[in-house]
Amino acid sequence: MQFMPTKQERSGLDSKCVCGQDHFMPHDHHDHDDPHALLPPDPALRVKALETILTDKGLIDPATLDAIIDTYENKIGPRNGARVVAKAWMDADFRESLKRDATATVSDLGYYGRQGEHMVVVENTPDTHNMVVCTLCSCYPWPLLGIPPGWYKSDAYRARAVREPRKVLAEFGVKLPAETSVRVWDSTAEVRYLVLPMRPSGTEGLSEDALADLVTRNSMIGTELAKTP
Amino acid sequence: MTRVHDMGGRFGDGAVTPDSETDPVFEKEWHARALAVTLACGSLGQWNLDISRHSRECLTPKDYTRFSYYEKWMAALTNLLVENDVLTPQELADGRGTAGSSLADRKLKPDAVAAALAKGGPADRPSDIAAQFKPGDIVRTRAAGNTHTSGGHTRLPVYAAGATGRVVRYHGTHILPDSNAHGLGEAAEPLYAVAFQAQDLWQHPEHPKDEIILDLWQSYLDAAT
Repeated sequence: MQFMPTKQERSGLDSKCVCGQDHFMPHDHHDHDDPHALLPPDPALRVKALETILTDKGLIDPATLDAIIDTYENKIGPRNGARVVAKAWMDADFRESLKRDATATVSDLGYYGRQGEHMVVVENTPDTHNMVVCTLCSCYPWPLLGIPPGWYKSDAYRARAVREPRKVLAEFGVKLPAETSVRVWDSTAEVRYLVLPMRPSGTEGLSEDALADLVTRNSMIGTELAKTP
Repeated sequence: MTRVHDMGGRFGDGAVTPDSETDPVFEKEWHARALAVTLACGSLGQWNLDISRHSRECLTPKDYTRFSYYEKWMAALTNLLVENDVLTPQELADGRGTAGSSLADRKLKPDAVAAALAKGGPADRPSDIAAQFKPGDIVRTRAAGNTHTSGGHTRLPVYAAGATGRVVRYHGTHILPDSNAHGLGEAAEPLYAVAFQAQDLWQHPEHPKDEIILDLWQSYLDAAT
């Protein structure tokens, strides 16, 4: 393995660290006062201070921040995923393609980008219910579902989804039959999982748009079922 | 051992509180700014995704626990900016930037945002390391923790360390976070989805048929029977 230390790494290997203290062995990170403690404690003021400093230095542009926020508030969100699911319910060939190569299949619809570079779609059936978590951070398929909701990023969900998924599902109002097994996907790599929920009964005559309205955000990460009409 | 972020299976957190799909994407305005500042700083190219994740994990357990989600992002970003000499502690203390930066020409411009977000950052890479396992193979995970850097980054959670599972999918060769988070190169290697039976991970599994599936790199795994 090639050894190419970053500044962070080098600072750990030198006897004198950027923090001004001596460390006796290679260390990974500081376990003492962090630079962030120099910012105001109030979170809104912290962000404002950082934005101001970085703007002063010509490193960020407030209009760029506005454009990023607009993207995730108005352009990229769970309706993208709902359209994919509705199409999969309508079109068996598309569904097979989605299960075989989700990244390419959703890219063809224009859904690709940050936090969705390697997509896998897992299909719910009467035998198997899939749900997705990221116990180590908050990995989530952004191009199809947008920014993850608060509950997905919460300690309670991260800690419990892998150990007691059925109790967690009950907190979302979902009770699965005893014969259905649960598969919990912990997103530990850059692969992002989307759940293909089961098509509700009584939807035979519905259009793709009407079907998409039944596909909730949470049903595509596995903590709800699709709505019935 | 790993760090405070590695909470899968932990007891004591209480109920999950679902929010509504119609709630605002960002609960508070500063949440949106925090996300945007973080993404914009990423484009300066001074660290990679694994380094930024590890920076959040390296917050003290006390800070990690008391901070809300985007406070963690802000604190970790601030630490990274100082560790990489992008900002000085004095500038943080003063609340203003006092000198120009050689990185200013890398600033993400408003009209480049759409393309940057659409481009993403794929993590698959060619590798000389041959896939040792295939779907159906039985494997055992190694002990928890980064094998070359004490306290370093890894994506093998404690709850799935030393456990026996079954390969269910091969993802190709991907960047190894354990290396990439420490400036040791991308070190791409085979990545698999591995399924573990709930009863092999937990003392009191909810259901005998339930499974937990994790994406795990080849160097996390040994052949088992």
